[in-house]
Amino acid sequence: MSDSDPLVSFRRVQKTYDGELLVVKDLNLDIRRGEFLTMLGPSGSGKTTSLMMLAGFEVPTHGEITLAGQSLRDTPPHKRDIGVVFQNYALFPHMTVEENVAFPLAVRRVAKAEQKTRVARALDVVKLGALGHRRPGQLSGGQQQRVALARALVFEPKLVLMDEPLGALDKQLREHMQIEIKHIHENLGLTVVYVTHDQSEALTMSDRIAVFHEGVVQQLDTPHGLYERPSNSFVANFIGENNMLGGTLELVDAGSCRVRLDDGTVIHARAGCGDGAGRRVSLSLRPEKIDIEPADETANKLRATVKETIYHGDHMRVRLDVLGNDDFTVKMRYRANRVVPKPGDVLSIGFAERDCLALDAPH
Amino acid sequence: MRPEVPLTSPSLAAPLGATGTSLKAQLHRAERMRKLRAFALVLPLLVFLLITFVAPILDMLRLAVVDRDLSSVWPHVTQSIGAWTDRSKVPPPAVFDALATDLHDSYHARTLPLAARRLNYALDNGRTLVFGTARRLPETSADWRATLIEIDPHWGDLKTWAAIDQASGPVTSFFLLAAVDRQKTADGHIVSTPSSQAIYVEVLTRTFKVSFTVTLLCIVLGFPVAYLLATQPPRRANLLMILVLLPFWTSLLVRTAAWIVLLQEHGIINHALVWLGIIDAPVRLIYNRIGVYIAMTHILLPFLILPLYSVMKGIKPSYMLAAKSLGASPTEAFIRIYLPMTLPGIGAGALLVFILALGYYITPALVGGAADQMISYFIAFYTSDSVNWGMASALGSVLLVATLLLYWVYDRLVGISNVKLG
Repeated sequence: MSDSDPLVSFRRVQKTYDGELLVVKDLNLDIRRGEFLTMLGPSGSGKTTSLMMLAGFEVPTHGEITLAGQSLRDTPPHKRDIGVVFQNYALFPHMTVEENVAFPLAVRRVAKAEQKTRVARALDVVKLGALGHRRPGQLSGGQQQRVALARALVFEPKLVLMDEPLGALDKQLREHMQIEIKHIHENLGLTVVYVTHDQSEALTMSDRIAVFHEGVVQQLDTPHGLYERPSNSFVANFIGENNMLGGTLELVDAGSCRVRLDDGTVIHARAGCGDGAGRRVSLSLRPEKIDIEPADETANKLRATVKETIYHGDHMRVRLDVLGNDDFTVKMRYRANRVVPKPGDVLSIGFAERDCLALDAPH
Repeated sequence: MRPEVPLTSPSLAAPLGATGTSLKAQLHRAERMRKLRAFALVLPLLVFLLITFVAPILDMLRLAVVDRDLSSVWPHVTQSIGAWTDRSKVPPPAVFDALATDLHDSYHARTLPLAARRLNYALDNGRTLVFGTARRLPETSADWRATLIEIDPHWGDLKTWAAIDQASGPVTSFFLLAAVDRQKTADGHIVSTPSSQAIYVEVLTRTFKVSFTVTLLCIVLGFPVAYLLATQPPRRANLLMILVLLPFWTSLLVRTAAWIVLLQEHGIINHALVWLGIIDAPVRLIYNRIGVYIAMTHILLPFLILPLYSVMKGIKPSYMLAAKSLGASPTEAFIRIYLPMTLPGIGAGALLVFILALGYYITPALVGGAADQMISYFIAFYTSDSVNWGMASALGSVLLVATLLLYWVYDRLVGISNVKLG
């Protein structure tokens, strides 16, 4: 097999716990060697179940998972050679940090001397070299997280799985650890499958993101692709902030389209929807790509009533009522001598065709 | 550069609060009311424990060494026995005179049985000696020594006088020595009790052996049950928990009696074993050690299961998953990860079962044979049958000391902070 073959592939994988509801409906997913792939989705979307099936803690009710070309069907978890980092770290409380990290080597009957050097190296990677003799209970949450990471890396597994590993940390530490895990991934050339419900975490760290919803991967793409070209309104809403306007498709032409809003206004947008005049579509508009009082040549313009303004330091959020959608948010950059809108003002908003994406309306 | 600001070190003087008094004093005042209230809440229990637990133990320790039975009825001889200095000969005549006075007085005061009973603890013939002599005692005698020895030659025996000396109080080591099969000779040496009479060391060893075996059986049988309870879905775990607790709702006596029915020679268990072809003829399962082990293990099992269950309940399943993902086989993950994490529960349960088993009395008395009686049986015998409080207290004290000693060793080996009851 060549390097371009996927390291892991899910083929038509289904999972049900009660025989009635499919938690994972039809998972087809290839994970490339050396990539950082994130499974992103709200809770109950099937992302953790998919990870647990890969780790071997859950058995698929249908379909097959392969690792490096080998089916995992009959491989128990301890023979899969996959490192797992758990949300609550699962460090063994009766062992020191060093013993924890040495555990995977000890059960593999690695010689004591080699264990020692490899443990030291792994602890250095996570910058914990000096704390080897402590017990997990004596460490802070961030340090415990690093130990869990070192333990999952020390036996050089084919694949590292992380199940919301930063969920228990505060915001600042979480952002710091995101960058650190990303660097470790790059430096060691690991293949990482990461599960999170935090979209900003996914955007920061991943090479590719699989967005899960109701047991189905909605879109598998790079962070940039997900943000700029969401394939449906769930992804558009889940990744970043989004405003939605309903309308009817009039014409599709070479990636562009014309949409008539419910009040009759015609909008020029990129087409991300199916073809066929008369179908219901949702227009997806990012708050930072909308101008207030736009220049004359702006392609699309709408009237809006100011509901509320919220000061955010570097920018201001203006909540507007646009065509009956009173949760329409616009991010306004702060500039000197700019007139700040007041609630009740009626003003004009505008956006370019490339910043407006027409998607199939959710059912 | 910032200009240097002169620093007033707060560490030089105690920090002052708003009213000028030190912060520490303010804290103390603020805390005092809270502490007093907390103390008032525990006070009833504290008093209750002092009266019903601490005081009886102290009294028991006192009774093990206090000995006033003889001196209360024979005041003269127990006082004058101090004149007996040369322990190679019988005491001087004055002591015999005092004995004659006491025998005479207590015979008329009808307190002779008290003295006879006390001397009988130490002398095989104590009762006959006292009663026989008192009956045949003349009113007067010129030489009481000769008269008394003439009535009963045992009065010329050094052993008799050593017994009177050791029983003359107010404190004695007689009971404590007897509780460990030791006795004092006439010249004050401590020697082993003749093997025909020595039983307590064996009983004590037996008590510890039975308790240890029962604890071991409880661990072996209780561990899987606790594991089952901790890993089943809540609904089924609750049902199982009720089954575990069910024995608690029945009286100890009823449960023990039930075992007699089950284990007897023509009982259900023997019939079942014969029917299954495991044995050819009924075996003896009761009135021997097997019966004691079965009944005690059954009764004490919940005390091991409960603490172990609560510890197991606290072990998150992710530990085992982590161990497996790191390459440990299920067996290895169990031995290296799960088992060590349950040790505090095993420790607590084992300690509880062991200490409870040490004091078991009814169960061995009902389902055990004569050779299976534990130390509490003898304590009960001395308190209720023979009313020998000194001996009962001494045996109790020995058991208490042995248990504390064992607890200390346990603390050294396992560490009591590693024990978790819930």
